[in-house]
Amino acid sequence: MHKILLIIKREYLTRVKQKSFIIMTILGPLLMGALFVVPIWVATQEDEKTDVLVVDESHLFDTSFPDKENMKFHFVKDMAITEAEKQLEEDYYSAVLYIPQNIINSNGAEIIYKKQPGFNTILFIETSIENELEGLKLSEAGIDKKTLAAAKTDIKMRKSKYESGVKESKNTELSMVVGMLGGVLIYFFIFLYGAQVMRGVIEEKSSRIVEVIISSVKPFQLMMGKIIGIAMVGLTQFLLWIILTTTIVSAAKGFLGVDKSTLPTPVPMEQTLNGQQSPLQPNLPANQTDSEDMDELWKSIDKINFPLLIGVFIFYFIGGYLLYGALFAAVGSAVDNEADTQQFMLPITIPLILSFVMAQFVMNNPEGPMAFWLSIIPFTSPIIMMVRLPFGIPYPYTDLWISMALLVVGFIATTWFAGKIYRTGILMYGKKVNYKELWKWIRYH
Amino acid sequence: MEIFKAENITKRFATHLALDDVSISVRENSIFGLLGPNGAGKTTLIRMITQITAPDSGNLFFHGRKLIPADTEKIGYLPEERGLYKKMEVGEQALYLAQLKGLSRKDALAKLKYWFEKFEIESWWKKKVEELSKGMAQKVQFIVTILHEPELLILDEPFSGFDPINTNIIKEEILRLKKNGTTIIFSTHNMGSVEELCDDIALINQSQKILDGSVSEIRSAYKNNIWEVAYLDQSGSGLQLPEGFDLLATEEEDGKKMARVKIGNHNSNELLSALIPHVSIVSFKEEIPTMNDIFIQKVNEMNASKKLANA
Repeated sequence: MHKILLIIKREYLTRVKQKSFIIMTILGPLLMGALFVVPIWVATQEDEKTDVLVVDESHLFDTSFPDKENMKFHFVKDMAITEAEKQLEEDYYSAVLYIPQNIINSNGAEIIYKKQPGFNTILFIETSIENELEGLKLSEAGIDKKTLAAAKTDIKMRKSKYESGVKESKNTELSMVVGMLGGVLIYFFIFLYGAQVMRGVIEEKSSRIVEVIISSVKPFQLMMGKIIGIAMVGLTQFLLWIILTTTIVSAAKGFLGVDKSTLPTPVPMEQTLNGQQSPLQPNLPANQTDSEDMDELWKSIDKINFPLLIGVFIFYFIGGYLLYGALFAAVGSAVDNEADTQQFMLPITIPLILSFVMAQFVMNNPEGPMAFWLSIIPFTSPIIMMVRLPFGIPYPYTDLWISMALLVVGFIATTWFAGKIYRTGILMYGKKVNYKELWKWIRYH
Repeated sequence: MEIFKAENITKRFATHLALDDVSISVRENSIFGLLGPNGAGKTTLIRMITQITAPDSGNLFFHGRKLIPADTEKIGYLPEERGLYKKMEVGEQALYLAQLKGLSRKDALAKLKYWFEKFEIESWWKKKVEELSKGMAQKVQFIVTILHEPELLILDEPFSGFDPINTNIIKEEILRLKKNGTTIIFSTHNMGSVEELCDDIALINQSQKILDGSVSEIRSAYKNNIWEVAYLDQSGSGLQLPEGFDLLATEEEDGKKMARVKIGNHNSNELLSALIPHVSIVSFKEEIPTMNDIFIQKVNEMNASKKLANA
């Protein structure tokens, strides 16, 4: 026992002290932080001041374009489009909007620019034109805008689960996000650190130190020491990432002074437009609906059983890694160099990728037979159970217990198999190994 | 008293019989040569002593009782294919390997300090193994192998990769270890060093032990009764050999003549008395076969008889 601790210590310390570990530990949260911060930062950046020269040959619009912050429309009457284009040379106008005479039939307009305007700018102009034309067409057809607005319907479906006399409301979108996040984390953890186990075994084998070590300890001890040591490296890295990411994100938020009002909202354009053009529409400030949604979201988040979720996550996180880590070790022991691992990697990667692909079907029907079986089979259960879990497992969690028990059985079995292959493989050099050969090693007493 | 004994060891890998009923016995405080051509089964036998593999049948004894896992701490092993973690620092790595052999960190540190000073390599401590030359890494590995003061030390081709100066240092170290009570199993193809170092040997060929015993006994057992005579032939009468003596070869060097004579059933005194009247003798010695000759002779004999049996 004391020797396996020595091995774990070495595996852990040599990796944690490596430059690449330290770099990844710092870079990871920066990347994650950037993922959150950059969009916010971009959104808070004001667009450049845009002056648009509008050549309206249809005379339908005149002054009906609302000026927006940083965007000004300059209507000119009776200027030829060719003339207007020349104005661009003087760098006062950033774009020329050309509305042809027959726009009502052709549905076509043109924007001419020297420097490409942003996607939002173009969307804004398009929406403005569309709204105006729609209004025109409606009044021609004798329909009042009020009537239309009143006819518009938006149903919000609340989802509630009924079980043993208790009704519980559900937020499926949130479940999806939480489930997918858990699944993705486990997927990456298995691949990243499983590959490290494999590379470690190949390193020991190709540097020939393995014979020295197994003259002191049992091959199984060496294998388990490596797997456990690397697991601890992974857990350390994840822990540091979580701490650093939280720190960076909150620091960045504070620094940028981000609050709700400046956060990008999904449909700002339409709302402001409608609000201005039809004063009779319920005049909600855009943020209010958002904060209602946010409240709803917080309520749903509060309903998630976090202790259960985190507990189960850690279990599958470690269980899944152990199951696959042993297989990665076996593959490493069977080959002489990393290039030869390809043929044996397939059976390892297929169930992992399959789980990943199947995750969306499982989300569609989280209590269907596919979700059940995939969350029971040890090779797919670490990812699929994480996806399933936020949707709720029927009490008394029978599926979960079976799945967990099978995962334990599964990793004991793979470790046992892997141990057999490993024991023979690490001393085998210069031999092209195939599956038949591996099977022989397993049966070999 | 023997420190290690292997009794009727048989080991089969899938299609290949690696060891076929092999027994060896290693006397305490001796140097035991484990000889044989490539692929004969030496490494398989060594891996059983270090308990990396186990025999299919047969028994292994250490100090007269069955070999147990804890014995690995009393055994040191330098494999033929050397290897250390390339990216690990020399000192840290030596400490790690020593602790795996059961030394405490403190003891390991003290012993390493002694050896690094003795070999004058203190400056390597913080270096990574990949920065060392092959010979330097071998030296580190030798130290690591003997650091825990094993009772039984197994050296597989210990001199390969060393220059003559370092070979000598290692040779002296081996002899010093023996003097201090260590038993050494020494596997090599270098027959010169076998004659120089080994007390006993076992010769393994094609999975079978074909010869064992003490080096001096084996060499005298393989004597062909050939004597080498150097003489001055002033009278010009040449060698007058009576019946029963065979003159195998003569050659001349600096006016001195050399002859190889097979004496058959006679003894050396009879040869001398036959020669003395005619020539003046400069030197007279028996030709003792080298281990190299015996090795080649025995292996070829066996391979030829196997071929014959298969034909």
